[in-house]
Amino acid sequence: MPETLTAVDTSPAAASPSDITVALDRVSVRYGRNWALRDVSATFQRGAVGLLGPNGAGKSTMIKALLGFVVPDRGEMRVLGMNVKTSPLPIRARIGYMPESDAHIPGMSAVAFVAYCGELAGLPRADAMQRAHEVLYYVGLGEARYRNVETYSTGMKQRIKLAQALVHDPDLLFLDEPTNGMDPKGRDEMLELIRDIAHNKGLNLILSSHLLPDVEYTCDHVVVMDKGSVATQGPIEALKGKGGRVFELRVKGDVGRFIETLRAAGLDCHATDEDIMRVFVPDGRDARYLFQLASQHGVQVRHLRPSVPTLEDVFAHAVGEK
Amino acid sequence: MPIHDQGYRRYGGRRAPHGQTWWVIARAGIMNMLRQRRFLGLLLFAWSPFIVRAVQLYVASNFQQASFLAASAETFREYLGQQSIFVFFVTIFVGAGLIANDRRANALQIYLSKPLARTEYIVGKLVTLVVFLVGVTWVPAMLLLVLQIMFAGSTAFVARNLYLFPAITLYSLAQVFTSAFAMLALSSMSKSSRFVGVMYAGIIFFTAAMYNAVRAMTGSSAFAWLSPQDCLEIIGNAIFRVRSGYVIPVPVAVLSLVVIIVGSIAILERRVRGVEVVT
Repeated sequence: MPETLTAVDTSPAAASPSDITVALDRVSVRYGRNWALRDVSATFQRGAVGLLGPNGAGKSTMIKALLGFVVPDRGEMRVLGMNVKTSPLPIRARIGYMPESDAHIPGMSAVAFVAYCGELAGLPRADAMQRAHEVLYYVGLGEARYRNVETYSTGMKQRIKLAQALVHDPDLLFLDEPTNGMDPKGRDEMLELIRDIAHNKGLNLILSSHLLPDVEYTCDHVVVMDKGSVATQGPIEALKGKGGRVFELRVKGDVGRFIETLRAAGLDCHATDEDIMRVFVPDGRDARYLFQLASQHGVQVRHLRPSVPTLEDVFAHAVGEK
Repeated sequence: MPIHDQGYRRYGGRRAPHGQTWWVIARAGIMNMLRQRRFLGLLLFAWSPFIVRAVQLYVASNFQQASFLAASAETFREYLGQQSIFVFFVTIFVGAGLIANDRRANALQIYLSKPLARTEYIVGKLVTLVVFLVGVTWVPAMLLLVLQIMFAGSTAFVARNLYLFPAITLYSLAQVFTSAFAMLALSSMSKSSRFVGVMYAGIIFFTAAMYNAVRAMTGSSAFAWLSPQDCLEIIGNAIFRVRSGYVIPVPVAVLSLVVIIVGSIAILERRVRGVEVVT
């Protein structure tokens, strides 16, 4: 495995317990005959952590298991140092959850809804109402706070879900696909909010998404999931590695055979769009090695450009490796 | 200045201990119903028999010519029997959407992500419905008893029929809790409050029709346990010491209602979850 993409050790031994918000130890969840999570062990550091993976990777199931909605078949989970199985209510008092799907209490205005959620979380009525106003302004719904939630647009519904998750001032936020269905402007504003929450307001958050740019923009750490297990995890910068030993490459010739050749030579590569591929060259070798291989196999190199490793590379590498 | 810079403050205030959230849910549900004019109209209508009975008690106490209207234990039994129609309508009006609307709006995952147990959620919803049902059964019946004392200017009637206090309470609770649990269970099974209302009405009418058909065929009331309404009648007659035309013993009627309540609790336990798992 190339050094640039080596998984970083984020086991409980590597981080002090006070730095860990969520820890899963060999957690398995099964829906009928299908394993949604399979022996998942992962730790989530303080700050913003991305939970990344394609649809069906088990991200939402993991969050629902952490919330206590789904009971794992085996394994242990701890949130903010408390056992999910034995302390579900104290945990839920300290977390906020923004679900993936549309969710609201029917028949309420935004401010009544958010205040009600604050009361459900244990805030006194007056405090809940005050916080509801503040939080609605914070998420950008101040002017629309007296409107019935059912009349809101998709983007506004995403914001109100964030507001209800924030109203009781949680220590940890679970955000499940927070930019789903938002237009580009709304998406940028939502990502800005999430970034602000994590970096300026002192809240920890776990952002579940299949959108790499969202995670890369807002999070410091990432846990990559695929097919119900953890593919890799660690700080994004460390996972991406330093230096530029990633190349964008376009060749003319038998591309499939050349990819096999590259992999046989210990170079990891994956296709991006159309005929461009990204090749990871390990330390001690450089672009000339690619030219040599191409020459040996009668393939013309039409385009070669050094690139910077991205989260997409980390993701492709982790998921591809599995 | 970006809108989010207008501030998010950490909260350092008091937080209620766990176990009190059911009241937040119940209060919100009650206030939501009281904001609806149509429902207030129904409540007002449900109290009209009370006014008629109050006038009856007044006339019987103050005019000797109308002494045939004087209250007896059966008066209160009849009154609660009449109220069962309002129990039916209030149950549908208040109860049909209690959980169904939350399921339609995916609100269960919002509720259950807060520090409240599923039991608290169910109790909160149950209390919402129970408050209004008690408001059209137990409360007016007890008020009638108080009015009887006031109009008669003596406690002789109450002293002779002291058992009326527990009888009214017991029978009202039987009516209220059977209806409330059954409706909540139905409400948890659908995302459409209209469908739930129709389903509830259908069950009440269908079971009564089925029992009446069997009775017409067999000439016996031995199958009264099929109909919850008739089971309530049997229990009511026993509680108020009124002669009953049914042949089935009271414990069978009680068992029938207990089965409804236990079945409803089992359905609620299964349906009220933060996530619906379809396997």
